[in-house]
Amino acid sequence: MTLKTFGLDQFGFLLYSLQWTILLTVIALIGGGLLGFAVALARTSQLKPVRIAAASYIQIIQGIPVLMILFLSYYGLSLAGFELPPLIAAGASMTIYASGYLAEIWQGCIQAVPKQQWEASESLAMTRLQQYRYVVLPQAMRISLPPTVGFAVQVVKNTSITSIIGFVELARAGQPINNATFQPFRVFLAVAALYFVVCYPLSQLSRLLERRLHAGSNR
Amino acid sequence: MSYTFQFGVLAQYQDQILSGIWLTIKISVLSIILGCAAGIVLASVRSIWGGAVRLLVDAYVEIIRNTPFLVQLFIVYFGLPGLGLRVGADTAALIGMTINLAAYSTEIIRAGTEAIHKSQIEAGEALGFTRFQIYRHVIIVPAIAKVYPALCSQFVLMMLASSICSAISTQELAASAAFIESQTYRSFEIYIAVTLIYLALALALRAVLALIGIWLFGRRIARKTMTALPEVQA
Amino acid sequence: MPEVIVENVHKSFGALEVLKGVSLSVERGEVFALIGRSGSGKSTLLRCMNGLEKINSGRIEIAGHALGEDAKALRKLRTDVGIVFQSYNLFPHLTVGENIMLAPRIVKDVAKAKAREVTREVLQLVGLSEKFESYPDQLSGGQQQRVAIARSLAMRPKVMLFDEVTSALDPELTEEVLMVMEQLARDGMTMILVTHEMGFARRVATQTIFMHKGKIWEHGPSAALFANPQTPELHQFVKSDVK
Repeated sequence: MTLKTFGLDQFGFLLYSLQWTILLTVIALIGGGLLGFAVALARTSQLKPVRIAAASYIQIIQGIPVLMILFLSYYGLSLAGFELPPLIAAGASMTIYASGYLAEIWQGCIQAVPKQQWEASESLAMTRLQQYRYVVLPQAMRISLPPTVGFAVQVVKNTSITSIIGFVELARAGQPINNATFQPFRVFLAVAALYFVVCYPLSQLSRLLERRLHAGSNR
Repeated sequence: MSYTFQFGVLAQYQDQILSGIWLTIKISVLSIILGCAAGIVLASVRSIWGGAVRLLVDAYVEIIRNTPFLVQLFIVYFGLPGLGLRVGADTAALIGMTINLAAYSTEIIRAGTEAIHKSQIEAGEALGFTRFQIYRHVIIVPAIAKVYPALCSQFVLMMLASSICSAISTQELAASAAFIESQTYRSFEIYIAVTLIYLALALALRAVLALIGIWLFGRRIARKTMTALPEVQA
Repeated sequence: MPEVIVENVHKSFGALEVLKGVSLSVERGEVFALIGRSGSGKSTLLRCMNGLEKINSGRIEIAGHALGEDAKALRKLRTDVGIVFQSYNLFPHLTVGENIMLAPRIVKDVAKAKAREVTREVLQLVGLSEKFESYPDQLSGGQQQRVAIARSLAMRPKVMLFDEVTSALDPELTEEVLMVMEQLARDGMTMILVTHEMGFARRVATQTIFMHKGKIWEHGPSAALFANPQTPELHQFVKSDVK
């Protein structure tokens, strides 16, 4: 690259790489959402071994750095013989990371549904599956919205870590520009500003939802 | 798949690993102390002085919480020299972590102060306390006790996030791992080992923080410390 | 053959034995009131009858179903045994109509049109026809409890259990719920109710059971039992009750 100063073109490049940040976030939230949902259900299972396994999974994911999840899936998968594009490795590790946190957030939401709701639906002869499907999950979902949106902010920010294994998203895009322009302060401030533009509205949305939840009724 | 695991290789790099662990502990503990202290101060001045100070503190908190830690590190490490402030990788890591943790601590403690009941403040006023005395005895200490589990979770997350400092060449644990990997190409073994070390450090930190919690606030709070969900992440 | 048989039932929570060998039998169409101080085991006994609490030993048979371990058999039993709780426990995210229709639709596979018809019918029975589209939080406590009764009735139960259903209600709201229950009793429903409403027990229940320390302390036709307590404990209990 033969860039001299940090101008509109360079900003355009940052803007362009922002889409990879967003794509990665979406992958992490969908993949992590599915996996996390399964773990959250396992966490509230009636079988003790299943509960313990789910709890251990959550504890482990939350007890190790996102960077290590990234390295392990990157090197682990290539060890298993997969020549991986960075997007897949990054997507896989962000999925695992997100699942560990979403599982705990959603477990909390499921448990926030009063025990009496389980009893009432059980007494109406519903199966466990029906209780989840028609009674507990719809209520848990409402409670889960604010913390889930709040966690999305964490995911957006943590996708920056994938730049360390060479995935070119927003944070990585700043580096070649910096090398060419030698204006690190400006470049990374611009990078930070772009993250802020994505994250701040999400943070505010999470707050708004939280307030609505507390002010509103139970529906 | 013909890969055979060779954890034995790691033994000869014991020194690298140990020095990495030591630096991780050092920057984590220092940033926790400094960041938490800054959080208490910022949450306090924000509440006591109000007005422009409050706006400034809130802006700081929002900016830090809505941008990635990695980018914050880049700005400190690559950006500050451009402004004439040259800092080493270790110092940059410490500054970055402290700035980051201070913002989260401020936010968590602020939430704690807002959960304090108005009647308790009025009781303080009725006893003729000054505003500062009320803040100190009636608001800040109970607030910190209340949010201590959330604070601890944030501290653990910060320790884990210190691994990101390897990206600015701070020679902490993750950087040690990268170095050994470059020497031996036993990538999977080394990252499994280092991941387990982080897991152990996280558990140890939680245990230590729980003990401090017992010492400061009694047993009830401390129990939650071991299991609390982090409200936010670095 | 009795509709409800309870035989030598024991139940403990950890080291605490709450039911120490309880036996009773209820004929079809009878109304049994369980009274006693809190901690006497009356609510636990009721909850054992539809399997919400597992018994340690003894035998329970209700509406022709033997209570056992098998989950499927337990669900079968529950389609025939309704229960209403102190705290109503309506599903807050569903309208009144949806609350009532849900179980018939998904558990008994009743067609939608039929389920609506049943819902209208039971709502009319509890006097809340106009609340079909309302949400639970738009109703008073008494109305919510009547909807909870309607929700149970929509399953066409053979036996209804009531667990202190008026304890959370103001006196004026208590009355509207008791009236619905009295109507049910007149219509021939087999009912077992844990209650603090002594007047109601005396008037509506065919039999009253006084529980004390996990045992059936005294048992008999309601009028005789209240008029003539045989034990000092019941005497004391009836006297101390102001209602």
